[in-house]
Amino acid sequence: MDNVFVYCEIEGTLVAEVSQELLTKGRKLADELGVELHAVAAGTGIRGQVESQILPYGVDKLFVFDGKGLFPYTSAPHTDILVNLFREEKPQICLMGATVIGRDLGPRVSSSLTSGLTADCTQLEIGPYDDVKTGKHYDNLLYQIRPAFGGNIVATIVNPDHRPQMATVRSGVMQKALYGGKAREEVVYPDVNAYVSAESYVVEVLDHHVEAAKHNLKGAAIVVAGGYGMGSREGFDMLFDLAKVLHAEVGASRAAVDAGFCDADRQIGQTGITVHPKVYLACGISGQIQHIAGMQDSGIIISVNSDPDAPINKIADYVIVGTVEEVVPKLIKYYKQNTK
Amino acid sequence: MSLRIIVLAKQVPDTRNVGKDAMTAEGTVNRAALPAIFNPDDLNALEQALRIKEQNPGSTVGVLTMGPPRAGEIIRQGLYRGADTGWLLTDRLFAGADTLATSYALATAIRKIGHVDIVLGGRQAIDGDTAQVGPQVAQKLGLNQVTYAEEILDIQNGVATIRRHIDGGAETVRVPLPVLVTVNGSAAPCRPQNAKLVMKYKYATCPMERPADDPRADLYASRPYLTLNQWSVADVDGDPQQCGLAGSPTKVKSVMNISFQAKESKTLTSSDADIEGVIKELLDEKIIG
Repeated sequence: MDNVFVYCEIEGTLVAEVSQELLTKGRKLADELGVELHAVAAGTGIRGQVESQILPYGVDKLFVFDGKGLFPYTSAPHTDILVNLFREEKPQICLMGATVIGRDLGPRVSSSLTSGLTADCTQLEIGPYDDVKTGKHYDNLLYQIRPAFGGNIVATIVNPDHRPQMATVRSGVMQKALYGGKAREEVVYPDVNAYVSAESYVVEVLDHHVEAAKHNLKGAAIVVAGGYGMGSREGFDMLFDLAKVLHAEVGASRAAVDAGFCDADRQIGQTGITVHPKVYLACGISGQIQHIAGMQDSGIIISVNSDPDAPINKIADYVIVGTVEEVVPKLIKYYKQNTK
Repeated sequence: MSLRIIVLAKQVPDTRNVGKDAMTAEGTVNRAALPAIFNPDDLNALEQALRIKEQNPGSTVGVLTMGPPRAGEIIRQGLYRGADTGWLLTDRLFAGADTLATSYALATAIRKIGHVDIVLGGRQAIDGDTAQVGPQVAQKLGLNQVTYAEEILDIQNGVATIRRHIDGGAETVRVPLPVLVTVNGSAAPCRPQNAKLVMKYKYATCPMERPADDPRADLYASRPYLTLNQWSVADVDGDPQQCGLAGSPTKVKSVMNISFQAKESKTLTSSDADIEGVIKELLDEKIIG
């Protein structure tokens, strides 16, 4: 008991990247607490397919539930698995992706176990807590840190008395890394029927369709992002030319997406994708707090903006004061000239 | 088949249009500066409910909300668009609830309402963005759940067919009633208010919204439909220990205003020399290549 658990999300036989990111974070938390990192995977035909995608992130014990009706995901069978497993294992922490699946499953499990759940955490830390009302002191609680009120404040949430402490984290917020240390790497294959009641297979999936992502914004070394200042969809398109030259991916602010300049799957920010590129080139982006939350950890930030007082300029390493129409073609021109 | 439908709706501060005065000097949220609105996704849920009602004659739609007395406005907004009734859960004991305590209160109220075929709610509320209350209510009532719904395609013989959004795609599922469905913001927008219904219900209020010596007392006496249901913890046979702050496993340890570390930046013009200079600098330092 008292271990750190990560629920691994699976599409077919492919483990979601967000789950691997959480395994890396979970490993760090487990090391800090002096406990083990355990992982749970549930699907159909996954035995022999998912172990190698999960164990290298420092997993001490992996529970693989392989059975008919566990893919495509539906709420009740996966809830049964986690609730019954957690009743046996009594973990202190459970992490899952703030994905459609994680946000369907997490609350159902937390309600079954009457434990607290914090959505969309951007940082997870271990620390003490003093309850001013009861005077009780707690050591080693999970600090679940998340933006609130549309990104205008950051709240630190704790679950003092209920276990597991549950948190969801969006894809790309944490970074995955293979574990350098030595983990136990035990794998068990429990009997699904002992965990899932027959009545739980109640939702029938008639049609399940997933498209591969059109871009690799999350893993890009260079991101060229445009905002409302790009002026139009046609104006925005010159960023694709710049991105091609720089071998970069194109992102957008919510204002640009809302204005129809760019597709929503490229939105960077608190309600979109979080990126960590070496270089972030913000073109015509004023820098709303929600946008900055998704790109502030970039290596070098370059802002191109006609307004010298745009909020994003405060966190930029280079501020180019000028219109995007003038600056972007020059960036293309001088990059080409100097890399021949 | 006539169906009993409940829509969960929340009055929220409009966090999407946060002005400069939304934060106080101390870094706390200045709620007074944010207008209170009908949570956007909940309007999408209401529209799905009204469509089901139209397709299944004899069905009823009720709006259930929890909040201070002024949240009675959410019920009126529902009535103006075609809902049949509503319930306001209001009690100081409900205050300070996290998602689990909120779902306890809502589930207890739904039990009090009695038989329900479909519970609909928005995918999430814009003041918390958690998406947790819907599934937690479903769990507490033992209802099937479908989240991120984009359209309820049809309901026949007690089985709903629903198209839903999933990461990177879409899914169509069949689920037997009773079911709780959370509706995505990408679903059909809600119909506008109906002028006749506005005329009919504009004075509809919860008792706690009314002033002490209400000039419309006679009107309320003669038209019972203008008095909206207002329920306390005791009215729904709730356990105070599971409501509000007392019933919330999560505690807020601290709240911080966001301030980003300002950097020392180089400011350049759009001149050819400046642009070529920055490109060369980035190339020389192998930041780009």
